Amino acid sequence: MGLLDKQFNDGNIVISTVDDVLNWARLSSLWQMSFGLACCAIEMMATSASHYDFDRFGVMPRPSPRQSDLIIISGTVTLKMATRIKRVYEQMPDPKYVISMGSCSNCGGPYWEHGYHVLKGIDRVIPVDVYVPGCPPRPEALLEGLLKLQDKIRKESLVKKSA
Amino acid sequence: MALKTEEMVLNMGPQHPSTHGVLRLELILEGEIIQKVTPHIGYLHRCFEKHTEAMTYPQVVPYTDRMDYLSSMYNEFGYAVAVEKLCGIEVPERVEYIRVIMGEFQRIASHLVAIGTYGIDIGAFTPFLYCFRDRETILNLFEITCGARLMYNYIWPGGVSHDLHPDFIRLAKEFIPYFRKTIDELNNLLSYNKIFIERTANVGILPKETAINFGITGPMLRASGFKWDIRKDDPYSVYNKFDFNIPVGQGLVGTVGDSWDRYYVRVLEMEESCKIIEQALEQIPEGDVSSAIPKRIKPPVGQVYGRVENPRGELGYFIISNGGTSPFRIKVRGPSFVNLSIIDELCRGYMIADVITILGTTDIVLGEVDR
Amino acid sequence: MKTVEEIFELIKNKFPEAVFNLINTQPLDSYIEVSPLEVDKITFFLRDTEELLFDSLVLLSGVDDANGETKKDEDGGITITGGTLSVYYHLESTSLRHKVVLKASTPREKPEVVSVTEVWRCADWHEREAFDMVGIVFLNHPDLRRILLPYDWTAGYPLRKDYRNPEFYNGMKVPY
Repeated sequence: MGLLDKQFNDGNIVISTVDDVLNWARLSSLWQMSFGLACCAIEMMATSASHYDFDRFGVMPRPSPRQSDLIIISGTVTLKMATRIKRVYEQMPDPKYVISMGSCSNCGGPYWEHGYHVLKGIDRVIPVDVYVPGCPPRPEALLEGLLKLQDKIRKESLVKKSA
Repeated sequence: MALKTEEMVLNMGPQHPSTHGVLRLELILEGEIIQKVTPHIGYLHRCFEKHTEAMTYPQVVPYTDRMDYLSSMYNEFGYAVAVEKLCGIEVPERVEYIRVIMGEFQRIASHLVAIGTYGIDIGAFTPFLYCFRDRETILNLFEITCGARLMYNYIWPGGVSHDLHPDFIRLAKEFIPYFRKTIDELNNLLSYNKIFIERTANVGILPKETAINFGITGPMLRASGFKWDIRKDDPYSVYNKFDFNIPVGQGLVGTVGDSWDRYYVRVLEMEESCKIIEQALEQIPEGDVSSAIPKRIKPPVGQVYGRVENPRGELGYFIISNGGTSPFRIKVRGPSFVNLSIIDELCRGYMIADVITILGTTDIVLGEVDR
Repeated sequence: MKTVEEIFELIKNKFPEAVFNLINTQPLDSYIEVSPLEVDKITFFLRDTEELLFDSLVLLSGVDDANGETKKDEDGGITITGGTLSVYYHLESTSLRHKVVLKASTPREKPEVVSVTEVWRCADWHEREAFDMVGIVFLNHPDLRRILLPYDWTAGYPLRKDYRNPEFYNGMKVPY
């Protein structure tokens, strides 16, 4: 949206829709829960470091699910871990969003054929909003996934759709 | 009237910001003092050993990358050493030098992550950003060579997949003096910081005999005063041509074998890796890197154990072959698996905050613990 | 520093019934076959004798030898009856710099090997993993239960050659 400093000429009154303002507030400060499972977690840490900054999009890592509205599942989900992920997801307050990062959480990844203990895709357990492919995805790819999620949030609406 | 007390069970669950991955620790506490720690692992068990029975020998290399994801070059190196021992393949000298250079750069990158995340565990956020900034330069070097930042599929049994990029040697030679200044910066920020020393000195003291009995290897063993490094004691590749020291813990600010020693040994090892890279860049010969890669790997019947010195300890591959193109059984000796088993002994009698300190110095990677 | 043949002579003289023979496969690793129920005595001797001093257990692995009768089933899988499961011990001495490999084989129907946790504390987790993956029971182990798979996994031992994948686990579909 760019800097809003000294952009308006009409005094202190700005007119907009409730949807726009609410969606703008939600997408500009998505606090993520740090949920790194495996190799993709290292790329997620590199994205939060200073070279490919995550903080300029308003994304801050929070340790507790009760304080976050975005969870990035990065890494292989095993059967032993899947029940715990579901529990953590249910502890997050609404509205909540899920980004599935990497092939392993999209569809099982390189372990799809003989992995007896690997869950073939996290969408068998929780609903996913954005899938980011790659093994591991580059930090730029994860940033594009975040921007796609922001586009999705921008189109949300409080009004029920009538036929 | 006497006070009735009970022990409390506290769960540091699989999702925790400080456990470096999905590890569950069950702490039994008496007030704030630890009585017993039980680690529960297996939350990242990805069936590596079952996959190897269905793949051919070259197809196993990308899976070995993903086991210890912070030192992928060394995993591939260990696998290549074991398969070449099994089949009796001799690789050209240029390949050996390239492998050593890549391996030592990977060791620096892995230690940078270890130091950065250890700083975050103690509470210092800035060294993490500094370490990752320098790590990006090393990952850039890897990317111009083989195209990937984290999972390389570069070191194959019999050779390497691509030769060095024309700019590689120049960029690497520029990096080393810059990095030496960064190690000084890190020391001033973190190692000699009073708060850091108060939190880590005399915490989690590991005596030498206990360490050997538990099978501990790597910087954890060297910090307890025992000089054991596979690169010098059982040399592989061309490590016997380089002149470097093995840093050993000396108890400079506390006792020998405490957490500060285990951290400081890693800082000193980064300096030694710089020395090895400089010497290797001077001595590297010309040659063809893909001349010894076999068309089809079909080894004789038998078994072999090949090992290398990972940034975390002794990484070993035990390969049993029955004469076919797929291995019959591969068993991986992961150093993090063995290093984690001592956490109960080390943590008894300390407080909860010290568990995080001690766990950070074991420098475990859960991909290797669970395979 | 001793060679494998000298070490074999030393332990064969001390335990004539428990040590079987030396399989020499130069230039690959040679190994010594031992009895599975006497492994703890042999390893105590290996650790404490002045000339041997094997103070470090490098690796303990469970292997399915698949040398029994293989029968193909209707659904494409195989079933193996008879044959052995083995445990390989890789030992090393840090002071005298020599290495040795021991192998203990037990029958597939009732696999039992004595635990060496008293000799090296390192063996604790390695034996739990061998029990978890291949199903070998270690006698006198302080805490033998699954380590990598969930504690309520009922679908068997994955690294056996006749293992079959379960269809569902706790409501989640396992195959792709």
